[in-house]
Amino acid sequence: MIPEIGHFALLLCLPIAIFLASIPLLGAILGRPLWMRLGPLLALGQWLFLLLAFICLTHSFLTDDFTVKLVAMHSNSALPWYFKLSAVWGNHEGSLLLWVFILASWTLAVAYASQSLPLDMRARVLAVLGMISIGFLLFIIFTSNPFERLLLNPVADGNDLNPLLQDFGLIIHPPMLYIGYVGFSVAFAFAIAALMTGNLDAAWARWSRPWTNIAWAFLTIGIALGSWWAYYELGWGGWWFWDPVENASFMPWLAGTALIHSLAATEKRGVFRSWTVLLAILAFSLSLLGTFLVRSGILVSVHAFASDPTRGLFILAFLVLVIGGSLLLYAVKAPAIRSNAKFGLLSRENFLLVNNILLAIALSVVLLGTLFPLASSALNLGSYSVGPPYFNAMFVPLSLPMIVLMGIAPYISWKRSNKISAAIPKWLIAAFVALLLAGLATLSLSNQYQQDFNWLAFITLVVSLWLITSTALHMLSKAKHQQGLLTGFKRLSVSYWAMVIAHTGIAVAAIGIGLTSVYEQQKDVRMLLGDDISVSGYRYQLTAINTFEGPNFSGTRGDITVFDGDTVITVLQPEKRFYYAARNVMTEAAIDPGLTRDLYVALGEELEEGAWAVRVHVKPFVRCIWLGALMMAFGGFLAVTDKRYRSKRMLNA
Amino acid sequence: MHPARKQRLIIVAIIVIGASVATALIANALKQNLNLFYEPSRIANGEAPIGRKIRVGGMVLENSLTRLPNSLTVQFVVTDYEAEVTVEYTGILPDMFTEEAGTVATGVLTEDGLFIAEQVLAKHDETYMPPEVAAALKNKPPAY
Repeated sequence: MIPEIGHFALLLCLPIAIFLASIPLLGAILGRPLWMRLGPLLALGQWLFLLLAFICLTHSFLTDDFTVKLVAMHSNSALPWYFKLSAVWGNHEGSLLLWVFILASWTLAVAYASQSLPLDMRARVLAVLGMISIGFLLFIIFTSNPFERLLLNPVADGNDLNPLLQDFGLIIHPPMLYIGYVGFSVAFAFAIAALMTGNLDAAWARWSRPWTNIAWAFLTIGIALGSWWAYYELGWGGWWFWDPVENASFMPWLAGTALIHSLAATEKRGVFRSWTVLLAILAFSLSLLGTFLVRSGILVSVHAFASDPTRGLFILAFLVLVIGGSLLLYAVKAPAIRSNAKFGLLSRENFLLVNNILLAIALSVVLLGTLFPLASSALNLGSYSVGPPYFNAMFVPLSLPMIVLMGIAPYISWKRSNKISAAIPKWLIAAFVALLLAGLATLSLSNQYQQDFNWLAFITLVVSLWLITSTALHMLSKAKHQQGLLTGFKRLSVSYWAMVIAHTGIAVAAIGIGLTSVYEQQKDVRMLLGDDISVSGYRYQLTAINTFEGPNFSGTRGDITVFDGDTVITVLQPEKRFYYAARNVMTEAAIDPGLTRDLYVALGEELEEGAWAVRVHVKPFVRCIWLGALMMAFGGFLAVTDKRYRSKRMLNA
Repeated sequence: MHPARKQRLIIVAIIVIGASVATALIANALKQNLNLFYEPSRIANGEAPIGRKIRVGGMVLENSLTRLPNSLTVQFVVTDYEAEVTVEYTGILPDMFTEEAGTVATGVLTEDGLFIAEQVLAKHDETYMPPEVAAALKNKPPAY
């Protein structure tokens, strides 16, 4: 009964979404306030019914209702409850329901958190969000019904959740990523609504900024979680594979990063308006493309478990409709948008422009590398894959100058910078400090990991430390205050703090990426009980092999004692698990984490004479990658709390 | 020149130069890192280049997996049920790698027809088949 209630609630959302997409918009066009005011109510209705549908599906999973096909396919009675919960979105249908539920939540948030918006603007924004909702609801209802029943041939127990997904990181990775993906639909809706009226003013940019920041911050966390999960769960020790699905989440992130900065220029100075609109369209289109790539099953990828080729056509058509429609509107309306603000060569406007150009190039690099194999295979030109060296070769020369410029940018003021001479001594100090520290750090690391002086590590450290020092010096000079530095720091605006934290996060992540790539060591070895091996100065010894039973699997656990010299650092316990229901073998790596290095061990297969294949890594500074990402996300959230947005809101209200 | 025009010219110049340099670099990097996929039958026909990085995919032949003693080196036969190619790999095979299942290996073909793999991928669950392997096996039912 409950699945039918859920299905019915889902069906009811479609007419509500159709009303949401039409009535407020018609009201805005015809000037009927009552119709426009209906928007929030419809948004609330849509959200409540989707919530009901989502709760019903969750209930079916938690109560092991194997008459529901989805539960039978993706869950198992032996699963712990939290994995039953995450199994709701560990499959195609459920993840789409999550997608559209998050969309409804964003819509609700826009409806009730932006009371200050002019009535017609809010009506148009809600209507655009309603249109997106219609597309996804149609997709779910007609091709991916999560409530489908298996009444004729009931099964005794479910197929189990893919063991790769039975993991804490995967409980929260999809919701975070989706909140980010779908969040760009709000920026998109604002852009389309503004295009409709042709009024792309500073107010529009100011309304869009908090929403874009939040979406971007969630996307950052989602990507970082995915990377972290791949690192410890796949057992290869890699944290980024340039896998097409990773790229699918990375492309909207790049577009979103460009959008955040471009919106700043549009709000403060009224420049780059049409480019900002284009970026908003692009960021959301790339989110849709990401959904298409992941859900259509045309990719060879670790994510291909939740896919179905027959559904690809629908999303592709939807994609063409959304991108084509919004670009058409853009082509009609954008030529009328003019900005007459002037700015000098050395101005923050130009720095943001360069930032956007570099990000756009990075975006096209990823887009090309991701779509080229698909295009060549679709056109029968051969089946290619693009290797990670392509992306690495492009991203190193792109990101280094970007980081250097980020150290300069805060000193450059809007319109035209005249105070460069005051900044030069600070830059010299920052450059000197960066060179000195980077040189010392590289020497000490090369010594520790027994390598020659590595120039790539050195350069990465120089630019990252330059960014940190230069930003810190700028903050100090800005915080100089008659009543002491502490008062000065308190007076700095929240959005300034947000910028400092996010930019420092970039530097921290860059340090992590650079040092891990250069100094990591990996060895695959054959080990008998008592054997040992040395990697990067650490000695790993296989001290025990035991078997054990889990809730829905049986496993083998190895004890690997790690020595630094003669002192025991830790005993790592990597596992090999055999899941009964899906008859899958899974590797559970064991990690001793640390800010400066991770010790990482994974069990391979059992060899002859009781020997085991063992994979041993030492990963210097790998944690900095995710720490940096968290700092960026924190900066994104912090920027939204700036009182600027609230006071404006009160003024408008 | 009018200052506004001059500024616009500089911006356009930056964009054009940046975009062309980027395009050249991207095209070059892409060209060097494209790995073409070959079915075992095309390798048997001598269509695959020797010494260049390529990918080969198909089913792992039953009872073909052998392990060299005292090392992590394995050999197995990949087939599309028309031709076979022997793959050699040193390292730890992925969890889902089994005989009679689909696999895709990236590596280099040697003169004597042995494929030295540097990376071996396997399907991720029971129902999933890499699209390229599915295409390689199309209309080619198992010979037994």
